[in-house]
Amino acid sequence: MSSTIIETDPDAALLPERIRRFPFPFASDTYRYSANVEPATKTAPTEAGAWGAHLVDIDEHYLDELAERAKVLTRDPSRVNVLPHMRTAVWDALTTLLSSMAEDYPDTMSFHREGNICRWRNGLQNLEVEFTVGDDSSLPEGPLRFLGTQIQDDIILLDIREDTLWLDAGLVTFAADWSFAFDVGMNFLEIHHPVPRVKEERITSRAEQFLLRLQPGEQFRRTNWTMTIGRRMDTSTETYPEWGPDRTTIADDPAMPEKLHLRVEVQHLIRLPHSGALLFLVRTHLLPLTDIARVPAWREKMGHVLAELPDDMAEYKGIIRYRKAASDWLLAR
Amino acid sequence: MTAIALQPRVHPAVEGGLQLEVTNVSRETESIVSITMAAPEGGRLPSYVPGSHLVVQWGNGVNAYSLTGSGNAPSEYSISVLRVGEGAGGSLAMHRLCVGDRVYVARPRSAFAPASTATHHLLVAAGIGITPVLSHARAAVERDSTATMIYVHRPDAGAHVAEARELLGPGLIALVECTDRGSFQNVLAEALITQPVGTHLYVCGPVVFMDAVLEEARGHGWSSARLHSEAFGAAELDAGEPFTVHLARSGVRLEVPAGVSLLETLETAGQSIPNMCRKGICGECVLPVLRGAPQHRDLYLSEQEKAANNTMMSCVSRSNDPELELDL
Ligand code: HEM
Ligand code: FES
Repeated sequence: MSSTIIETDPDAALLPERIRRFPFPFASDTYRYSANVEPATKTAPTEAGAWGAHLVDIDEHYLDELAERAKVLTRDPSRVNVLPHMRTAVWDALTTLLSSMAEDYPDTMSFHREGNICRWRNGLQNLEVEFTVGDDSSLPEGPLRFLGTQIQDDIILLDIREDTLWLDAGLVTFAADWSFAFDVGMNFLEIHHPVPRVKEERITSRAEQFLLRLQPGEQFRRTNWTMTIGRRMDTSTETYPEWGPDRTTIADDPAMPEKLHLRVEVQHLIRLPHSGALLFLVRTHLLPLTDIARVPAWREKMGHVLAELPDDMAEYKGIIRYRKAASDWLLAR
Repeated sequence: MTAIALQPRVHPAVEGGLQLEVTNVSRETESIVSITMAAPEGGRLPSYVPGSHLVVQWGNGVNAYSLTGSGNAPSEYSISVLRVGEGAGGSLAMHRLCVGDRVYVARPRSAFAPASTATHHLLVAAGIGITPVLSHARAAVERDSTATMIYVHRPDAGAHVAEARELLGPGLIALVECTDRGSFQNVLAEALITQPVGTHLYVCGPVVFMDAVLEEARGHGWSSARLHSEAFGAAELDAGEPFTVHLARSGVRLEVPAGVSLLETLETAGQSIPNMCRKGICGECVLPVLRGAPQHRDLYLSEQEKAANNTMMSCVSRSNDPELELDL
């Protein structure tokens, strides 16, 4: 990938927050897979604003997305799973993220720990709880379900054994066209098996080596993207019949610019301090084409990326049938 | 005496780490002292993985010592140091530390972690090798898993014996102390054939001791996936040797000191080099090399590209030659 100096457009100050803080993923007019990892919590400027200052990002959709997650979990409990050896890692993830949020949002949140007794206050939910690290019954639905009610990110925990990463726990309600229940227990290379190009280009093997070398406490991030029809968070394999068919009709839909969203995942890779497990967070951001088009540089870059993207990648991302319509619309503005 | 107090120069290996104050020094045996450190302003220190080590600066040098706590939300770090008479001087300097002295340490690093899937942990230590193994035993007790410890030490010269005995209970279910080689051979052989299925073995002590234990275990059919031995800092990049770069286009010569990357050196000199991960994986910071053999330490270039020696990743790679010439 190439580095371009990004300058924020002076008119951008007038744009709504959802656009100014959107993690626009394209640096140029073409896109290829790469090992695009960088240190976490570095502010990343875009042509419309900036993103990325906080590990856990909270935005205007906070309560809505958490309500949506609760519904998904009620319908389908297979979206959460913890293999027994991952209990320490789950508690480690919970304490690490709550204390990070308390530091980033001191006006609304606080976290105190005395030994294993913790007190958490979340003013956005009028919530105050006390729990004991290591005691699963000290939180109503256990520590992972609880963490899933506090952050918008999907949560995945990987154990490190025999120089390999194993996906052994997680809570994933907003998957972009994959199945968490299917992937539980798989290793890093197996998880990435369906992705074109990455094996040939040694991206997954390099990425795994990099992740295995991370030391406890280190935090990195990357972005990934696809497209989604409607503001739909749950596009998992399990609900494919509900959202898959839209892909064939959207190109001819006059409402395409409002309905079609760029879906960007800000993914964090965190080696947890006490368990040594790898925490993989996926925070999904959706922005309709109509909003993308309000930033001239985004409109052009995305228009060109969609037009140029090789077929195998467009096919894998599930956008092959409408990417030309989307590109044409963006470039005709 | 406060000879070590506030080093004027922070060693690169502990840069970005913590400055701690010695809060307790206690003699374990004739040649081993335990040193406890805490944040001068109090409060919690970063948690660590059981079996982690702490890189501590003494004078101008650094040494790694195993942490002896469980690593769960600690407010202090404890290490134990064996005085090595003819050593590089680190152990002597550490033995001179007093309460109130300030030391620089790096964040704890993990290279000897417990396996989360183990059904039981067999911990084997000799001498000062007790330190990371004690950390494992404490973690087993806290995490409701189980461990057996075999500890070889000289008669009346076992560090941390009392603490290990105190841990005995539902977590540490057995502690066998051996003070002579013959009894250890028997205890180990017996232990290797009586552990529950799914037990992992952890050994720490002198290299010959570790090799002997591992070989014996393999001989009894233990797979290497279930065998763990302490290898300090295997996963970390060392500081490297200093070298010079000659920038062909501008004619500038720059010195790259040990512990400072080529990328940082160029940035300090006002060059702007694209970069992203600063860890040798993303491929952004590639530089064209005109002369000299880079010491490739990245994950990005292929073996062929590395062998060609005409590009290098400036964030992690260094030089095998005293000078490199770059097309910059
Ligand atoms: C360690 C945590 C990670 C997990 C659990 C993970 C998981 C996944 C999953 C489940 C998919 C979808 C695969 C499918 O279609 O079934 C995926 C896609 C992908 N992953 Fe990862 N991943 C991780 C880290 C990384 C890293 C570090 C990289 C690269 C540096 C990477 C590169 C990719 C790429 C390029 C895709 C294809 C994305 C697309 O085109 O939509 N992943 N990953
Ligand atoms: S900055 Fe990523 S390889 Fe050097």
